[in-house]
Amino acid sequence: MRVDRRLVAWLLPLGVALLLALLAASHSAAREAAPASADPALEARVQRVASELRCLVCQNETIAASNAELAVDLRNQVREMLRAGQSEREVFDYMTDRYGDFVLYRPPLNNATLALWFGPFVLLVLGLLSLWWMLRRRNRLPPDRFEADENP
Amino acid sequence: MKRLRFLWPLALFLGVVVLLFAGLGLNPREVPSPLIGKPAPAFALPKLHAPEQTIRRDDLLGKVWMLNVWASWCAPCQEEHPLVLDIAKRNLVAVYGLNYKDQGDAARRWLARLGDPYVATLVDADGRIGIDYGVYGVPETFIIDRQGQIRFKHTGPLTPDVLRTRIEPLLKELQGAG
Repeated sequence: MRVDRRLVAWLLPLGVALLLALLAASHSAAREAAPASADPALEARVQRVASELRCLVCQNETIAASNAELAVDLRNQVREMLRAGQSEREVFDYMTDRYGDFVLYRPPLNNATLALWFGPFVLLVLGLLSLWWMLRRRNRLPPDRFEADENP
Repeated sequence: MKRLRFLWPLALFLGVVVLLFAGLGLNPREVPSPLIGKPAPAFALPKLHAPEQTIRRDDLLGKVWMLNVWASWCAPCQEEHPLVLDIAKRNLVAVYGLNYKDQGDAARRWLARLGDPYVATLVDADGRIGIDYGVYGVPETFIIDRQGQIRFKHTGPLTPDVLRTRIEPLLKELQGAG
C-alpha cells in the first residue's frame, strides 16, 4: 500500500502530542508535603502507598496530598500497618475492605471496569479509522471539487 | 437513507448529551459500601454517659439495631436529628449512637440540647471504629440484622424519603423474619 503523505502529515503531530503528554505525565508526579519522620525509608513507602489511595472526603485528592482529618487518620493507619511489617498488598486490601475499589486510584481489571480500561483505546482506533476513511475519500474526489489554489 | 446522512452527527451528539446528562444525575459522594452483607466490624467501646461500661458488638447479636454515626461538630447531624428522634419515639428500631472523633463534654451537651434518641451512645474518640465501618462523612447510618450483618448504609443526613422508602421496609422485613 502506498503511504499517503497527507495521512502522515496528520498522524505526525498526533504522535508528537501523544509523546509529549506521556513525558509530561511522567514528570509531574505530585509533590506532596512529607511529614518529618525518623525513618525515611518507611516514610517513602507510606507516601507511595498513600498516593495510590483516594481521599473520600475530598474525592479528587489522594490521602497523601489531602489534609482532611480522615486522610491524616488513614495515613497514620498506613504507616502503622507498614511499620508492623504488613505488605503493601495487605494495606490496599484493608482499605478496599472498608471503602471499596473506589479508593484505589488504579482500579482493578474486572467486568465492571473493562470499558474504563479499554474504552479509550477503542475510541482511539475508531477515530483513526474514520480519519483514514475520510482522507481516502477526499483523495478520490475529482480536482474540480476543491477550490483552486490562490497562487498557482 | 442517504439523504438522512447529514443527521448522523446530530444523533451522535444527542447520544453524548444523554450519556452526560445521566452522569450529572449520579451522586459522586455515594460510594457503594463493600460492607453490605458482611458482618459488622467488631468493637468494644465505652458509653458516653457511663464511660466505665463498655458495649461490644456481640452484646447486640440477636436483635436488629441501627448505628447512627454523629458528632457535635457536625452540622448535618443536627439537621437529621429530628428524624432520629422520630425513629426512636416510634420504636422502629433500637438506635445506638456512635460519637465519632468528638469531645465527651461537647457531645453530652449536644444531646442534652437536642434530645437523646439513643439506647446508648458509644464513644469512638480516635475514629478507629469509624475507619472499620468505612465512615468518611458524618452522619452515617447503618442497619445491622440479628445475625450481626450490615444490611444497609446511608451516608449523609437521613431524609424522610430515605426513612420511608428504604429504612422502614427493610426494618419490617428484618424484624418480621424470626
